[in-house]
Amino acid sequence: MSIVVDKSGPFTHAPTSVQRTMTLVLAALVPATLFDAWLFGWPAVFMFLTTIGSCVALEALCLHLSNKPLEPTLTDGSAVLTGWLLAMSLPPWSPWWVCVIASIFAICLAKHVFGGLGQNVFNPAMVGRIAVLVSFPLQMTTWVAPLKAPGFAESLGITFGHPIGLDTVSAASALGYVKTELSKGVPVSQSMAEFAHQFPLSDMIVGVHPGSFGETSAVLVLLGGLFLLYKRIISWHIPVAVTGTLFVLGSLFSAVDPGRFTSGSFHLLSGATFLGAFFIATDYVTSPVSKQGQLVYGFGIGFLTWIIRTFAGYPEGMAFAVLLMNALTPIIDHHIRPRAFGRTRKGEPLSLSKGES
Amino acid sequence: MLFAVGSLAVMGLTLGGALGVASRYLTVESDPLEVELTGLLPGSQCGQCGFVGCSQYAAALAKHEAGVTLCAPGGKAVAEALAKRLGVSADLSDHEEHLPQVAFIHEELCIGCLRCVGECSTDAIVGAPKQLHTVISDVCHACGKCFKICPTEAIEMRPIPVTLGAWHWSKPTEHGLQ
Amino acid sequence: MKLFSIKGGIHPDYRKELTSEKAIVPMPLPKQLHLPLQQHMGAAATNTVEAGDSVKKGQMLARGQGFISAAVHAPTSGRIISISEMTAPHPSGLPQLTIVLEPDGKDEWAELPAPIEDPFAAPGQAIRDRVAASGIVGMGGATFPSAVKLGLGNQHKLEILLLNGAECEPYLTCDDRVMREYADEVIDGARIMAHSLSAPKVIIAIEGNKPQAIEIMTKAAATQPNVEVVSVPVQYPMGAERHLTQAVTGRETPARKLTADVGVVVHNVATARAVHHAVRFGRPLLSRIVTVSGGAVAEPKNIDVALGTPVNDLLAFCGGVKDARRIISGGPMMGQPLPSLEVPVVKGTSGILALTARETNEAPTQPCIRCGTCVTICPCGLVPVEMASFIRHERLDEAAGIGVLDCVSCGSCSYICPSHIPLVHFFAYAKGRINALDRERRKQQQTKALVEAHNARLERVAQAKREAAARAKAQSETPDASKANA
Repeated sequence: MSIVVDKSGPFTHAPTSVQRTMTLVLAALVPATLFDAWLFGWPAVFMFLTTIGSCVALEALCLHLSNKPLEPTLTDGSAVLTGWLLAMSLPPWSPWWVCVIASIFAICLAKHVFGGLGQNVFNPAMVGRIAVLVSFPLQMTTWVAPLKAPGFAESLGITFGHPIGLDTVSAASALGYVKTELSKGVPVSQSMAEFAHQFPLSDMIVGVHPGSFGETSAVLVLLGGLFLLYKRIISWHIPVAVTGTLFVLGSLFSAVDPGRFTSGSFHLLSGATFLGAFFIATDYVTSPVSKQGQLVYGFGIGFLTWIIRTFAGYPEGMAFAVLLMNALTPIIDHHIRPRAFGRTRKGEPLSLSKGES
Repeated sequence: MLFAVGSLAVMGLTLGGALGVASRYLTVESDPLEVELTGLLPGSQCGQCGFVGCSQYAAALAKHEAGVTLCAPGGKAVAEALAKRLGVSADLSDHEEHLPQVAFIHEELCIGCLRCVGECSTDAIVGAPKQLHTVISDVCHACGKCFKICPTEAIEMRPIPVTLGAWHWSKPTEHGLQ
Repeated sequence: MKLFSIKGGIHPDYRKELTSEKAIVPMPLPKQLHLPLQQHMGAAATNTVEAGDSVKKGQMLARGQGFISAAVHAPTSGRIISISEMTAPHPSGLPQLTIVLEPDGKDEWAELPAPIEDPFAAPGQAIRDRVAASGIVGMGGATFPSAVKLGLGNQHKLEILLLNGAECEPYLTCDDRVMREYADEVIDGARIMAHSLSAPKVIIAIEGNKPQAIEIMTKAAATQPNVEVVSVPVQYPMGAERHLTQAVTGRETPARKLTADVGVVVHNVATARAVHHAVRFGRPLLSRIVTVSGGAVAEPKNIDVALGTPVNDLLAFCGGVKDARRIISGGPMMGQPLPSLEVPVVKGTSGILALTARETNEAPTQPCIRCGTCVTICPCGLVPVEMASFIRHERLDEAAGIGVLDCVSCGSCSYICPSHIPLVHFFAYAKGRINALDRERRKQQQTKALVEAHNARLERVAQAKREAAARAKAQSETPDASKANA
């Protein structure tokens, strides 16, 4: 037995690893994904597979171009997770080229240009989504009604060929509908009620309504998020801050002017609120490291999401809000640090007067 | 359109002129860098840096004509202090091989001529005429002047061995990480 | 009594069941005992015996030097073979002066100092002198000379002697067994120490995963009104002295200060037992309890080991080692890897662990994913991810600015990092470099002062010469004028 003293302790380690973390997050997303696959049929499945496949392929390409070994990085699950989250935020019947372009922005630009795993400033999935949203607004706002998917062969045509007759099945998502009606002068309360008439609240909660993967299955996404909390992959700070801020702002302003502002629960249940709060905003690399910082970050995302949804041109604000707060994460980390043992918040040693904590 | 071009041109000329005037009349005099740098050096005028004395090395440093790692007796501490003051990054890799040293007098070769006693810039050598000389190692900072002057080559510059108390872990090489 | 929570920390797999139910067994003396002159913090001792001398058990072999030092005694009778440089039980593998003692098998005692009849009536200084003469140091692993620590009552107003029975490291059970088997000795030693410190109260803190120790110690302390046994939560690093102080008293020791500044002094339970032996029987520190454990050891045990026993002999006594990935002195979290098996057991060796690859769970380092778990878990409230980033880029001053010198190297961050980044190794490197640079800076300042003194001296000599020359010149030029003036 040879004795080598090449590293210092500790000489034991928790059973944690990057791969285990990624796998658990993917597992948490599976129920919602399966539900949406059932909801939107084969075209959605193809879109999903295309997105994840192109993300992994592009990751391999980027690693090869930067002369890094493929092995630990390709199999740690981070590219798959990026692709999965990206797929969940794209319209379910997106054509293949939208998926690929979004993946290019997500993996190559947002992740590898910045240095690879752990180095990106902005959430890669959100960068991919925003890039295609701005570039191809038509495709990115074409939502389909649920449970109207065609068969296998025709679905191949929808994803990989030319989409035909989408007008017959396209429908508006809740947020989109409310916003367009508001611009036509219809008060929010009325359009909410009309949407609820078409898609009752039970359907809203369960998720049988138009929207992206992430938007439709709120309950299943929430359950996945709670699973992550239970497994201690994420902590409660960001999700509670995001959803809490949205709910409070929504309820507050809706109480003041129900005709102009949607209610708190509408904010929670529509759009990708739960997906964003539990899966997107909690992305390790782009969120602050301290718990207090995470609360500020979550509050910022909730606040900006509400502002964009209420006042801005786009119906869904979560992606923009996340990216804007990503830019502030280094500043939050710089200014908000935990209090060191034996020191004040400013970093000076505690004074010796009796009666300290 | 003409108005736009004209207004931008006027603004450009005015502001550019203002900047030129400011750079002429409002320049900040550079502070006496040389004196400060000389203060950072040990001051023993040993010449190991290749310059005649510490102030000459400081002059070269101020003109950015010399590297910051030339002072051997100064070691890493002086190199880092110089680097910080000059705002350059110090490549300390060559310092790793250059272990700190101390002078040692071999008793059997020493003839008691007192020349090293006079040369030592920190008075680290004790000795009397025709008596053995010896180096107080705590005071010696290895400028090497005694080594050069000794007629019998009785002085050896020895590396200071790392003791248990001074040892520390080296920087981890992160296996698997580029 | 009311307890307080400590921040962060981890809950590793403790694996104490390998040895917790194994009673302490004595070990036969090896062929040679290797006693380093420095088994403590502070200045090394200097030997009072020479090669060839015959010594008796308990005889002083080396005397402490200076204020912070400790003596070394012969664990058994025999002959001094040599005093030479041998490999230290230290990861550097550097040599240190070591006395080699060959036992003669007779185990004859030297004449010991008389027991202190009534320690509680004796002056505190008498207790401290006895502790110093017995070579007792902190047996939890810090090896700080106990006599010095017992003198803290002179500079500080102390309320509590906090006896550290937490033993929060995985695998180690030596303190657990000492408390279970020698409870009365521990409590007696503690009361003597409290008297020496002028501390009115003794609190013995034991982690909740040692229920038998808690029960036995509580029973033994029942007759003593000022001794209280308290069960603290099982949380690593509960045994760190500042965190234990906070858990038991709620007081947070300010940075750069001692726990004595908040009225508490912490000592290990085995140290208290050693004080009992020294004061009641005049016996110096000659042996200690060591836990030999780990998946690679054939028969894990708790052993009463004579100081200076080579680790090789210790492992052979436990049935040998197979498939060990690492051999460690101490616990797996803060223990030090050993450079070879030829090194001896010293005063601070609480355990020898032979761990398999499965137990150490090492993996190649991956990029940091900024998960922030290290920040949540750090018991000292530091930001390991940021400090490691600075150190990676050699920005040590900035790392010091966000508190790397406050780090106690507990290892919780390295333990929990999903990317297996060697965080504590970075901090150990940074602390070492910063201290080395500080030493160099002080040397530079000293050198500058010496050079200036040297130049000033030369200037004075030159000035005196000039004055003498001027006087001589003046005298030679105007001899009549000076005669007229005289």
